[in-house]
Amino acid sequence: MKYLRSWLLPAIALLVAFAVGALMMKIQGANPFVAYKSLFTSAFGSSAGIAKTLGKATPLIISGLAVTICLRAGLFNIGVQGQLLAGALASAWAGYAIKGLPTIIHLPLALLFGVFFGALTGIIAGALKAFRGVHEVITTIMLNSIVLQLGEYLAYGPFKEPGQQLARTPEVLNSAKIPQIFGMPLGFFLGVALAVIAWWVFKTTTSGFRMETVGRNKSAAWYAGISVKRSILISMFVGGALAGLGGAIETLGVVGRYEPAFNGGIGFDGITIALLGRANPLAVIPGSILFGGMRGAGASMQFAAGVSPDIIDLILAIVLFLVTAPLIGKMIKSIRDTEQITTGGWGN
Amino acid sequence: MRSRWLMFAITFIAILYFYMRDSLVTTSVIGTAITFGLPLAMAAMVGIMCERTGIVNIGIEGTLLVSSFVGFFTASASGNLILGLISAVAMGAISGLLLSLLAVTWKMDQIIAGTIINILATGLTSFFYKQGHTIPSTFPEVDIPGLSSIPFFGPVLFMHGPLTYAGIILIFVLWVALYKTPWGLRSRAVGEHPSSADTAGVSVIKLRYLNVAIAGAFGGLAGAYLTLELVGSWDRGFSAGKGFTALALMIFGRWNPIGALGAAIFFGTAQAVTNQLMITQVVTIPQQFTNMLPYVLTILILAISAGKVRAPAAEGQPYEKEQA
Repeated sequence: MKYLRSWLLPAIALLVAFAVGALMMKIQGANPFVAYKSLFTSAFGSSAGIAKTLGKATPLIISGLAVTICLRAGLFNIGVQGQLLAGALASAWAGYAIKGLPTIIHLPLALLFGVFFGALTGIIAGALKAFRGVHEVITTIMLNSIVLQLGEYLAYGPFKEPGQQLARTPEVLNSAKIPQIFGMPLGFFLGVALAVIAWWVFKTTTSGFRMETVGRNKSAAWYAGISVKRSILISMFVGGALAGLGGAIETLGVVGRYEPAFNGGIGFDGITIALLGRANPLAVIPGSILFGGMRGAGASMQFAAGVSPDIIDLILAIVLFLVTAPLIGKMIKSIRDTEQITTGGWGN
Repeated sequence: MRSRWLMFAITFIAILYFYMRDSLVTTSVIGTAITFGLPLAMAAMVGIMCERTGIVNIGIEGTLLVSSFVGFFTASASGNLILGLISAVAMGAISGLLLSLLAVTWKMDQIIAGTIINILATGLTSFFYKQGHTIPSTFPEVDIPGLSSIPFFGPVLFMHGPLTYAGIILIFVLWVALYKTPWGLRSRAVGEHPSSADTAGVSVIKLRYLNVAIAGAFGGLAGAYLTLELVGSWDRGFSAGKGFTALALMIFGRWNPIGALGAAIFFGTAQAVTNQLMITQVVTIPQQFTNMLPYVLTILILAISAGKVRAPAAEGQPYEKEQA
């Protein structure tokens, strides 16, 4: 029964959000049935569509995990976007500027660059929180903008592809590109593996338990001798590292370079996915596949029904609203969830 | 306290330096500082009003975004700026009511509630956004007769649009209301110790609803100021992080309207001076770095002031009435 409940709430939220989305399309004079049909057939109706969906889902899984892990530790990491961009930027640089290495060294090195700079971006917010008590929501949002501007500067200036009009870095060398297997992006499997590992860490290990205790009750954790500061630093570091990895995988496996227009919303979708999955690492996987499909097939919806892909932003916002606000639980008593998601709160 | 004096000293020295070099430039820089700082100060008032009654409002950004959107497109469709202003203020109040519903009635985690408002605002505005709309004009500058001819202070303080005056006056009104009226005392009591306030006969829930809604309306005014007086257009992501900067200024100003106004003017001066330096090419920094400046300053301000200031005690906690 508990198992059913944990699935029912997100499912109802999704249905209601799609219904509201349909209403919005109607208001704009489009046919919602045509739109949704094209959305789902192009996302899940063919093997090429599924491969594309899984490709889109990959960075979402990883950024969803980055948010989930921090949520478990009582931190609301809205800075996945910036951490992801930092990772993308660093891995793109490592991918084109370091030459003459075989794939077996170059690819992991480029990924590591992404992980490191993502973690660096995350740990800035973590350190400000741990040592100065600055709320992570503000610092991470500010860092998002800072990294975005920094990336723009580098792509227009020092990292710019020579002889190119557009602001973008040169293409990543072949030795740093992520190979595909049977048309399936290899990064997807890595994402799934990471989700399972995260689940296992929280389920069975002491460090996972420590982080979670800090997330649930800081003073209790402190009394039990758990270092709250350490837990904050570790979770922001790991969250940032994961987000950086997501950016690196997207860069080395899909985009092939860094451009300022690089995938705007992945980090924010990660927040929605994490909350939709009630901060459960395994629940990130289906959520990401669904969102990845919608993101990948948004263009076909515009083509078939003339609906702007922006509707997906709206649908996702409504999903987030319904899943976090105890609205559905209020109406349907049997699925009232006792465990609300909480963040660390304001101040300290 | 030291950091505040430092801030005022830096502002003062900057102003003096520029005034001695070129008085015309100084007046324009300080005028710009007010235009940059005022929307932030107004947005910080949203935070102050909410937090003083114990509600954390991290959705100011969303309030600014959605109210400026509604204000701009109402003004654009009707050709009437006043109508745009009214609708922006109303939209702001609605976003405040939504926050109250989530945070007061449903007792949700307030950080998540604010984030929902931000994400909903982004989703709604980008879906309904249509390119190519314009408004006939922005609110015109109103020079206050007599006062505007005072040297230096005239052009700096008394040659602005109507919403600037409204904003500045309301900030002082809020300060008086917060510290000198029964409403202010009750609000602060609810933010510090709600159960005592409740015992004294103050309705915690009602007051929180009222204040958060008024705060939202204030945010709507800030949104209207940004689009209808300052910029005259609207684009996706129009609020550009101002709602978060405002929260930092609120903390730096110690949840005091005048303190936050001072912080915002300091912030605006920093930006205006940088702009001026860029224009005159005294220094050449890539544009991306000047764009970064407000965000970096926000983090620095927080890193300096957080931990040393004390937030309202009951902030972020839903009020549970004790069962007899």
